Amino acid sequence: MMESWHPARRLATLLVVGSLVLAACSGGDGGASPGATTDGGAASPPAGESPAASPSGDGGGTGFQCENIGGEVSVVGSWSGAEQDSFLAMVAPWEECSGATVNYTGSRDLQTQLTTGIAGGNLPDLAGLPGPGLMKEWYDQGALKPLDFVDFEAYSSSTPAGFAELGTAEDGTLIGIFTKAAVKGLIWFNPKHWTAGEPASWDELQQSAQSAAQELGGDAAAWCVGVESGGASGWPGTDWLEDIVLRQSGPDVYDAWVRGEQKWTSPEIRQAWETFGEVLSASHGGPNYIVNTNFGTAANPMFSDPPGCLLHHQASFITDFFKNEAGAAEGDYDFFVMPDINEQFAGSITGAGDLFGMFNDTEQARSLVQYLLTPEAQQIWVERGGFISGNRNVPLDAYPDETSRRSAQILQEAQTFRFDGSDQFPGAMNEAFFSAVVRFATDQSQLDAILSELDTVQADAYGG
Amino acid sequence: MLDDLLGNRLLSAALVVVGVPVVLVGYILLVEAVLRRLPRRWSPRARPWLWLAPALVFLGVFLVYPAISTILRSFYNRRNDEFIGLENYAWFFNAPDTLIALRNNALWVVFLTGLVVGVGLLVAILVDRVRYEGVVKSVVFLPMAISWVAAGVIWRLMYDFNPNIGTLNAAVTATGGDPIAWISTEPINNFMLIIVGVWMLTGFAMVILSAGLKGISAELLEAARVDGANEVQVFRQIVLPLLAPTIAVVATTIVIYALKTFDVVYVMTSGEFGTEVIANRMIRELFISGQQGRAAAIAVVLFIAIVPMMILNIRRFRQQEAIR
Repeated sequence: MMESWHPARRLATLLVVGSLVLAACSGGDGGASPGATTDGGAASPPAGESPAASPSGDGGGTGFQCENIGGEVSVVGSWSGAEQDSFLAMVAPWEECSGATVNYTGSRDLQTQLTTGIAGGNLPDLAGLPGPGLMKEWYDQGALKPLDFVDFEAYSSSTPAGFAELGTAEDGTLIGIFTKAAVKGLIWFNPKHWTAGEPASWDELQQSAQSAAQELGGDAAAWCVGVESGGASGWPGTDWLEDIVLRQSGPDVYDAWVRGEQKWTSPEIRQAWETFGEVLSASHGGPNYIVNTNFGTAANPMFSDPPGCLLHHQASFITDFFKNEAGAAEGDYDFFVMPDINEQFAGSITGAGDLFGMFNDTEQARSLVQYLLTPEAQQIWVERGGFISGNRNVPLDAYPDETSRRSAQILQEAQTFRFDGSDQFPGAMNEAFFSAVVRFATDQSQLDAILSELDTVQADAYGG
Repeated sequence: MLDDLLGNRLLSAALVVVGVPVVLVGYILLVEAVLRRLPRRWSPRARPWLWLAPALVFLGVFLVYPAISTILRSFYNRRNDEFIGLENYAWFFNAPDTLIALRNNALWVVFLTGLVVGVGLLVAILVDRVRYEGVVKSVVFLPMAISWVAAGVIWRLMYDFNPNIGTLNAAVTATGGDPIAWISTEPINNFMLIIVGVWMLTGFAMVILSAGLKGISAELLEAARVDGANEVQVFRQIVLPLLAPTIAVVATTIVIYALKTFDVVYVMTSGEFGTEVIANRMIRELFISGQQGRAAAIAVVLFIAIVPMMILNIRRFRQQEAIR
């Protein structure tokens, strides 16, 4: 389940780092390759048995009618292995009724492949997009085609507030659609050691965490944090900060921040860094440990006895790492959503999703885009596991496991949904943000210098 | 039909493996056939050019053209639709990240070159007089066979902060110390990365210097010793001057390596913790920031830095050829 991070850089570094870890732990179990475990784990029924396999329904209001058009459509996505199989299962009914063929290619580095493709003019009809930021840049360059044939109102009314809008360009044109979604800002714990349940507020969480850590004594700390991730080091911290900004200062500040209109040195953003600093100070192992520990193994001390830390903030994909890196079993971990910080903005969540865009405007591509938006199509993958749909018309009982069902529920019930902020930043801003997290985690006293440097990058990166 | 043929990877691989030599041989046969028909005076003049033509075309298309287009690109803005003169270069010499990269490349040039040549020379001289010279040389040379990426991975594990993984920290904690964050602590981390480069390249320097050493005639050294020179004097007054051209060739080659440093930094720190280098900055500007103009400017700066070294190397090479 790679849905919640940059498929491009993060997967590449993950594979490298994953093999490092494997090489290092002699005698480690062979199945521990984190890149390979992409399935939700639950047994999935074959697509043919699912009632959703007939795509000729009303398409959830998006006006999709399957017609026999023949031909073919080329698709490039970040999904490989089990995820690729699920995607192919999802499009199989469409292939059947339209008579068209889907030529799918999995890419480990969408960003590089599509950047090169745009420069060289060699592009697939449809492609997964690395994030909203690049999506907009590519639309401005004229590479991405508008999806004006999609009934936008019907599409956006079936998703949480603000979800579908993330696929629109500055001028309001729909240019990217979401298929797979992910909820971020989940707080994981080991039920053996965390008995305080789900706290009502951030302050309450911090207090219970501190006292629980003190009770354990020794080296035990409240939080497990590790931000190392090869070329994308720092990203787990950016997720932290986005969750804090949204819950602390609300969606307006968050949106302004994403648009590059909120200065990094402003009191709101500064306050978020300070809150994150408190977390880091209450984390296992200290600064050197935090910046040298890979995000995938960061939560390992949570499962040792006595535990080194109690809580871990990460998106739902992390359960693969709990199982394969820390050797945790199904009942060893549980989660709650990161609690509200400011009551005024209660029910805010951040998340991510896999965007899809169209580079060649063909009849087949249009038809497939409309098909992918139907709840019937998405339900096929939901039932196979490892897929959370942003579409409310996909029934919750279609989810094969508890984590994904609860994630889907959180997504559907959210009052405010915001997309991963750093994924929407221009590339240079995003990179500087990642790097700033690493610097801050190394030495918190540098905050002033870090924030003013981020301001400089902001002024430069949004200029075009 | 053609699509099917190209779609089959094995078939297209076979096609390339067999096809390319066939086309080249065919071209040469064709050239000779054409030359036979030419008047006698012309053919000796035309022959070298026609033989060289395929190589020149490849060089032009894959080296000269991209180089020129990169240089031109560096004078244009991000979207490549506006000429902005030296603005990308002004950015390069003012941005904090690139200045750190410049500083680090300077560190690499000085310390990588110094250590590789120094250690290489020391090993070459020491093993020159022992019986098991071959074994020692093989061991020192062995890392050359490893790719830079693999070396980065190996040393990343050596330096790992977790003493259960990192060999260095295992040693530190075994002697009662606290683990040291080798990769993230400035300024030692730059030197830890340079050590990886030294480990990789010392073998190369040693082999060439050792060959140079063997070329110094034994009579000369004998004569000096008979005249009462001690070993240090022999080394400084005779061996070093005679070895100077070889050392220069090795040093310039290592300087070029140092300027081009990328893999080790990318794998081990990806430029974090103040270890950024120019080549890594270029990749980041191009693929992460989408700043093609700036990336082109970085490429040009790197190119300009390397050109004098290339010229120096070629001159030395020519001099040596002339002596032969």
